[in-house]
Amino acid sequence: MLRDKDRIFTNIYGLHDPFLDGARARGDWDGTKELILKGRDEIVGAIKGSGLRGRGGAGFGTGMKWSFMPKESPRPSYLVINADEGEPGTCKDRDILRHEPHKLVEGALLASVGIGAHAAYCYVRGEFFREAEALQRAVDEAYAAGLIGDDACGTGYKFDFYVHRGAGAYICGEESALIESLEGKKGQPRLKPPFPANVGLYGCPTTVNNVESISVCPTILRRGADWFAALGRPNNTGTKLFNISGHVNNPCTVEEEMSVPLKELIEKHAGGVIGGWDNLLGVIPGGSSTPVLPRAACTSVLMDFDSLKEAGSGLGTAAVIVMDRSTDIVRAIARLAAFYKHESCGQCTPCREGTGWLMRMMERMAVGNATVAEIDLLDEVTRQIEGHTICALGDAAAWPIQGLIRHFRPEIEKRIEEYNKGGAEQAA
Amino acid sequence: MSEQTDAGAVEQPATFAFTEETRKAAEAVCAKYPADRQDSAVMPLLDLAQRQNDGWLPRAAMDYVAEYLDMPAIQVYEVATFYTMYNLKPVGKHHVQVCTNLPCWLRGSDAVMKACSKNLGVGKGQTTEDGMFTLSEVECLGACVNAPMMQIGDDYYEDLDADSTARILDELKAGDTPKTGSQAGRTSSEPAGGLTSLTDLGSSAKGGDA
Repeated sequence: MLRDKDRIFTNIYGLHDPFLDGARARGDWDGTKELILKGRDEIVGAIKGSGLRGRGGAGFGTGMKWSFMPKESPRPSYLVINADEGEPGTCKDRDILRHEPHKLVEGALLASVGIGAHAAYCYVRGEFFREAEALQRAVDEAYAAGLIGDDACGTGYKFDFYVHRGAGAYICGEESALIESLEGKKGQPRLKPPFPANVGLYGCPTTVNNVESISVCPTILRRGADWFAALGRPNNTGTKLFNISGHVNNPCTVEEEMSVPLKELIEKHAGGVIGGWDNLLGVIPGGSSTPVLPRAACTSVLMDFDSLKEAGSGLGTAAVIVMDRSTDIVRAIARLAAFYKHESCGQCTPCREGTGWLMRMMERMAVGNATVAEIDLLDEVTRQIEGHTICALGDAAAWPIQGLIRHFRPEIEKRIEEYNKGGAEQAA
Repeated sequence: MSEQTDAGAVEQPATFAFTEETRKAAEAVCAKYPADRQDSAVMPLLDLAQRQNDGWLPRAAMDYVAEYLDMPAIQVYEVATFYTMYNLKPVGKHHVQVCTNLPCWLRGSDAVMKACSKNLGVGKGQTTEDGMFTLSEVECLGACVNAPMMQIGDDYYEDLDADSTARILDELKAGDTPKTGSQAGRTSSEPAGGLTSLTDLGSSAKGGDA
């Protein structure tokens, strides 16, 4: 289990002062000037060396992403921070925004030095009104204290931080949709390439990073890449914020070491599954788009990128949704299908039409009003969507249903059988 | 995508203009974006317009924002109809938005929705006759470890059950200000059974009381 002295987010619950005095007492903004003066190459090198992988879901190497930014560009470079948190199950960035905002502001400054940017925009989902207020307060404090602004921390480095609120669209968590939205348009993803590092915000080189990815950087730079890299497993390093929701005794957010066993995470921090481990039906381990794992897999899987991938799911945002045996698993996945239908931006036909198809078929499956052959048809439809769209929302809509069919097919068949038997009895 | 119906069916005011206060706020918003990239301000300005207009966005306000930013009106309409937080028809003074997505559903959002319907006497998408409350079903609001939850106005109410939901609504009806956040006694997202981490920090590392 992670020791408290290795935890980065020591005020994640907001039990103490989230703002500048409290943040400084916890070590934020300590020696930031010296970190800035290390310069671009050393900062990027340290983040690469730490093994930090993006915390927003895709898990791309953060230092690697930063290294794609051009060193000499006639256009300005931008850092864009993705705080459009909305993947069902996920609420970790919310706790950073409201309880650890200075880690984000300091991290944004250091990341900007790393990518050669002098301005950062933080796109906060619109519903997080109070969280955006807390972040803005931290930004105002940082300006007033000379930590950011025309002469950030007395280094002569100019750095501005802007808070931008969204207005309700899950798709804007996709980085190119977020950029479109920030430019004042509908949030519809762009084709890649070109990638944001070449053509991003306002057509300029841009790095888009998740809130958590940015917020851990100051501590990594202070304590050293080796410290972070020694936590977790190779290729899955560091600490991670986990959200444990659903059928557990004590749902919570907690920072743990990467690669913590799922069972240990649930039992140590969330008070265990309601009714005990044997009452577990399955877990969605990384936010709604990651396929559900049945209990047998949950018993041994580790909470990291590689272990969950091997198990046929993914770490995603590390939002653990626990379902006990009282759960109607078909109905649960049907609810997610309705979500993806609601959130499809409508740009690509396979997703726009397909998510509606999936929702309607799942509605029928939930009551059993289908034939067994339609289970295969449903699976086939998900595969016609997956990989055939501009962004990953189509994939995200497909995977939960694929996971359901893979692990709970007998449950779907049983329901179809019962429904059809009921119909036959009524007819007789 | 927002699924709001044709705004043309709503009685629209003929004109709209920012008040002096909103105009000042709008200027502060515009200063965040490069001078030649003022389109970026369209979302915050629509939000300001909506707040000024009792929580909904008439066509005249969209046109006003388009003119304010020197943008094609159609681009502003596209934005206003794409995002779910822009209300294209009038809403009650209190917009009650209940999350029914999976993590909330597993913890009893059906009971919360039912309690709202019963207490307010309206169904999903409806507004009470006195214009005080609109009830909406919404997608994940990102407070999943405090499920089930609802948003009313700018605030979250978490760790709900039928009783606490009804109590919050009653307090709003009485003109009171209900306690926001967890209704089950939690500070925020810590485990209810007591801390399982962050118990071994020196006093200096805590950084004072909240």
